[in-house]
Amino acid sequence: MSSASRKPAAIPLKDPGPTPVERVAVEDAIAACRELPGALLPLLHAVQDRLGYVPPQAVPMIAHGLNLSRADVHGVISFYHHFRAAPPGRHVVQLCRAESCQAMGSAALEASAKHHLRIDYGQTSASGAVTLEPAYCLGNCALSPAILLDGELLGRVTPVRLTQLLDALEAQA
Amino acid sequence: MSVTVFVPIDSAALSVGAGAVATRIVEEAARRGLELRLVRNGSRGLFWLEPLVEVATPAGRLAYGPVDAADVESLFDADFLLGGAHALSLGLTEEIPFLKRQERLTYRRIGLIDPLDLSDYAAHDGWQGLRHALALPPAAIVQEVLDSGLRGRGGAAFPAGIKWKTCADVVATQKYIVCNADEGDSGTYADRLTLEGDPFSLIEGMLIAGLAVGASEGYVYIRSEYPRAFQVFSQAIAQAHAAGYLGADVAGSGKPFRLHARLGAGAYICGEETSLLESLEGKRGQVRVKPPLPAIEGLFGQPTVINNVVTLASVPVILARGAAFYRDFGMGRSRGTIPLQLAGNVRRGGLVEKAFGLSLRELLQDFGGGTATGRPIRAVQVGGPLGAYLPEADFDTAIDYEAFAAAGAMLGHGGVVVFDDSVDMAAQARFAMEFCAVESCGKCTPCRIGSTRGVEVIDRITAGIERERNEVLLRDLCDTMVNGSLCALGGMAPFPVLSALDHYPEDFGLAR
Repeated sequence: MSSASRKPAAIPLKDPGPTPVERVAVEDAIAACRELPGALLPLLHAVQDRLGYVPPQAVPMIAHGLNLSRADVHGVISFYHHFRAAPPGRHVVQLCRAESCQAMGSAALEASAKHHLRIDYGQTSASGAVTLEPAYCLGNCALSPAILLDGELLGRVTPVRLTQLLDALEAQA
Repeated sequence: MSVTVFVPIDSAALSVGAGAVATRIVEEAARRGLELRLVRNGSRGLFWLEPLVEVATPAGRLAYGPVDAADVESLFDADFLLGGAHALSLGLTEEIPFLKRQERLTYRRIGLIDPLDLSDYAAHDGWQGLRHALALPPAAIVQEVLDSGLRGRGGAAFPAGIKWKTCADVVATQKYIVCNADEGDSGTYADRLTLEGDPFSLIEGMLIAGLAVGASEGYVYIRSEYPRAFQVFSQAIAQAHAAGYLGADVAGSGKPFRLHARLGAGAYICGEETSLLESLEGKRGQVRVKPPLPAIEGLFGQPTVINNVVTLASVPVILARGAAFYRDFGMGRSRGTIPLQLAGNVRRGGLVEKAFGLSLRELLQDFGGGTATGRPIRAVQVGGPLGAYLPEADFDTAIDYEAFAAAGAMLGHGGVVVFDDSVDMAAQARFAMEFCAVESCGKCTPCRIGSTRGVEVIDRITAGIERERNEVLLRDLCDTMVNGSLCALGGMAPFPVLSALDHYPEDFGLAR
């Protein structure tokens, strides 16, 4: 898998820090989560839910807010496939790659999506409309193959239907 | 008179259009000036029939499916509100053979009730197990679970009562109940079905576990791939809290229990219990070395019972009906029922809760009806991505933990993925190693490095490079992973690989 492309970029030497929008999102997340036991995952979810990604420049803020080291925070972000380091496209399409969907032709689905959007996993189409991500089981295994489109589960997806869906997403402003 | 119509709100049903069907039914009823009460129930688990619309009649609930939004008008034309005949008529839901032949204990409410209606839950035997548990001393609750023979349904099949007893015997001011809802195995959806379709049963099971071991706090760790399950279960927690089943005084007992839902972040390894605890603590999901057992030193270093969703959701019926009632189902050392999940290339995919003891063949043929494509079944993977591939010759194996172990396989969480004769088993073996490489937590070398080397060796075999020598190497690598890995990921990822090699050598270009 192209996990390398999904890992957060290294923090540059002259760190510009988070943008004002990012800073507010992270400050709010810290305020909402800092008292929770094991606060880091809920906090990272709060940040990504709001921004669509977890800015690498915000790692020092998060570390400071939870009294952790920057290495701890970076280590957690990079461990979990869910967290993105850069903004995704306007829509996120997750294709299930697991065995049940394989048995129902997910490989063809995957190939047609990548070909149609001219991207690989972890990338965003040139128009900025669609980010493609792999998933390992969406729990819809009796209605394989399955995809998750912006958090909405779809079952029995054929390459033709997926292409129509992707075209519709690309066509939206 | 207003008729009650049921349209599931389960995400699998929604994934094939149940939302649009519900909308159309309401619109069409309004257009015709008909009154109806729409209930959004959970799914019955008969997924090939979804969206499955049901109508309440004096004779029982009648089913229609699979219903497309475009069928709604003709359903009204056929007077389906009065049980009228239609091309999609399935008769009484309870009489559909796939459902009728099941023994639904843990899943007896699934699809029957509105998942977030507390009165519906109470009207269908809800809270009866808790009521019994509240009248018992903690040790007696543990004894009931021990006597029931309930084993962990997450995959490891460890006796739940022993975990509970170990935790109950530790003296500590803070203990935890943790529910593993990180259902990552392909071919499984039983946890999701409970979280979305009968969430209060899990809350009840966790409350009983808390009473048994003296825990006042619980966490449910739900995978991020299940956004709807997380949302529904969070609402269920809020409702149970408002109704006094959670909080400082559980159901008037004077005992506290607080419950929190936490979201995972897309790491398969967090389904491993110690890795899950690390993740709950806000760390990388790296496996812990055992001992100490979580029951003695678990979440935040405190004694913790960690069980799967199905295990905990099976506890209420055990407490309500008694250990003997549950234990009387099953065979050998596998007692009670197991929710099997038919998946992949299968004609009738869905949840089959049965007493242990039926054969894999009965499950595949009588329930599953063969493949969806109509071609012969070539291989079946039972127990998720770490489970062995079974050929036709093994289909008479009984659904029983020990019988599966004897066949070199495992039941795991009960997922059954069917493949037809177009499958390339060398590609499946390669995927098992690739998956292990993607999902390895990296703590131990056999798993972290072995999985990547495994992909490379399989690629050499399929490319025809020194096939026989590389087969020896692959088997040796698998031996190292099985015996040298810290947890089941590296320790069991070789099982699908070895079973593919043993049963389908021709797919690797090797002689049989």
